[in-house]
Amino acid sequence: MKCNRCSKMATHHITELVKSEPHEVHLCEECFANFMQQPGGSELTSGGGGGLIKTSSGLGESELEALEKLVCPTCKITYREFRSQGRLGCAHCYTAFRDELLPLLENIHGDTHHCGKFPKRAPDDSQKRYQLIKLRNDLRLAIAEESYEEAARLRDQIHGLEHGTSADAPSRDTAE
Amino acid sequence: MELKDLIDTRGEWMRGEGPDADIVISSRIRLARNLAQFPFLTRADDSVRSEIERTLHRHVVDLSLGGQISYFDINQLEGIDRQFLVERQLISRELAESHGSRGVCFTRRENVSLMVNEEDHLRIQVLHCGFELDECWQEISRIDDLLEERVTYAFDEELGYLTACPTNVGTGIRVSVLMHLPALVLTKEIQKVFQALQKISLAVRGLFGEGSQAMGDFYQISNQITLGNSEEQLLRKIKDVVPNIISYERKVRQALIKESRQALHDKVSRAYGTLKSAQSISSEETMHLLSSVRMGVNLGLIDDLEIPTVNDLFMHTQPAHLQKMRKTSLDSADRNAARASYLRQRLALPQDRTDA
Repeated sequence: MKCNRCSKMATHHITELVKSEPHEVHLCEECFANFMQQPGGSELTSGGGGGLIKTSSGLGESELEALEKLVCPTCKITYREFRSQGRLGCAHCYTAFRDELLPLLENIHGDTHHCGKFPKRAPDDSQKRYQLIKLRNDLRLAIAEESYEEAARLRDQIHGLEHGTSADAPSRDTAE
Repeated sequence: MELKDLIDTRGEWMRGEGPDADIVISSRIRLARNLAQFPFLTRADDSVRSEIERTLHRHVVDLSLGGQISYFDINQLEGIDRQFLVERQLISRELAESHGSRGVCFTRRENVSLMVNEEDHLRIQVLHCGFELDECWQEISRIDDLLEERVTYAFDEELGYLTACPTNVGTGIRVSVLMHLPALVLTKEIQKVFQALQKISLAVRGLFGEGSQAMGDFYQISNQITLGNSEEQLLRKIKDVVPNIISYERKVRQALIKESRQALHDKVSRAYGTLKSAQSISSEETMHLLSSVRMGVNLGLIDDLEIPTVNDLFMHTQPAHLQKMRKTSLDSADRNAARASYLRQRLALPQDRTDA
């Protein structure tokens, strides 16, 4: 990827909030150094993952106020605090700030759905929903790789799971 | 076990064995987990931090992690001991440098470590020597399952394991491979590798992870995203790309041997000579020269040195290790002299060794 300000290779990938909307900036080493020295520019931590999501201070008063009013009812962290320190306050923040977080997650991960491991103790219906997410993801990949036999098998499995008829349905131990 | 006992042992991942161990030093996986009933650490006051630490301490020391385990309260350790654990790759810099209740539990073999109250309540790490990611994953997933029988993790059906920083949410996994790439650095081909990795959103970091400089031609290749791919998919991404880097490094080494054997042999021998005879040497210079020597051993240009010994030298010439060995704190100049003396002793020919 090329730097947004010159033709060199971009080595720094920054997500800035402009009017509450995330905007990506890609810069080379040199332009990044200049960018950091600009008055009112972003406050980014050095190299940390948190740097990706820190906000710029170039927001208007009204936007700042709006961010201040957005509070997690469980841990009382404001969305603005989260944006300035890059860390959430508790698990519930993910629900409280969901609308704001989803575009951010999309930006960071290119996706907003977990399809990996999950706790074995989760309730049965969660297991099923989770399994469906995972299977749909596998299906997407199978189609991308043109593995049509695999895709057909996955489709059957998804259909079976949705209608509770599949022999392939997961039977995880949930006794605990 | 006390920390000083580690001075005379070697972490299992440093044996210098395992698949492609000439280039892949170690494979590592870490998982970020939080307990459902506590806030993340940004919103945890001292008493909550202590409660999290007590809870996890109780559970982690009870797990069957394979062999003898130790738990250290990081807050009670002196600075030098924290630095020692960082050099040992058993804790992160962040855990060493933060404040309040926090701890680490690790196995005697040093292949499993569990950090309590780092950025998340728990960071589990499994480290193997060579290119062995599947084995790491099996082991860490087993430990994760064992813990999950005892505690409830913060988890969301849609977003997966919830972490303090949204960059880790989902799987909470970081898969990384520590590679020694001296020939690619020497020929500046390494830039092409970086560019290619960036395109497939893999990160390249230095020896001590995030924000650290590449020292001694060591690079960590790891996944950047954690959400939207399964652990197996993220593993596969690294497993697919690393063999290409290994063969690229090997190809360039062979080309160097073929086209400029004499120059390469000269470089390696000078590095070895300096390490064997210097009277004062910095940590950076040691790393740099040991890197050449390590490549020299792998290419057969040095035949009286073994890779595990070279790995030991990388570890033991770091500042905290030197001071633990000398049982005293040393300033920078004294450390440089102590380092040179240690290197001379370890690299002396058998008949010259005074301690043999």
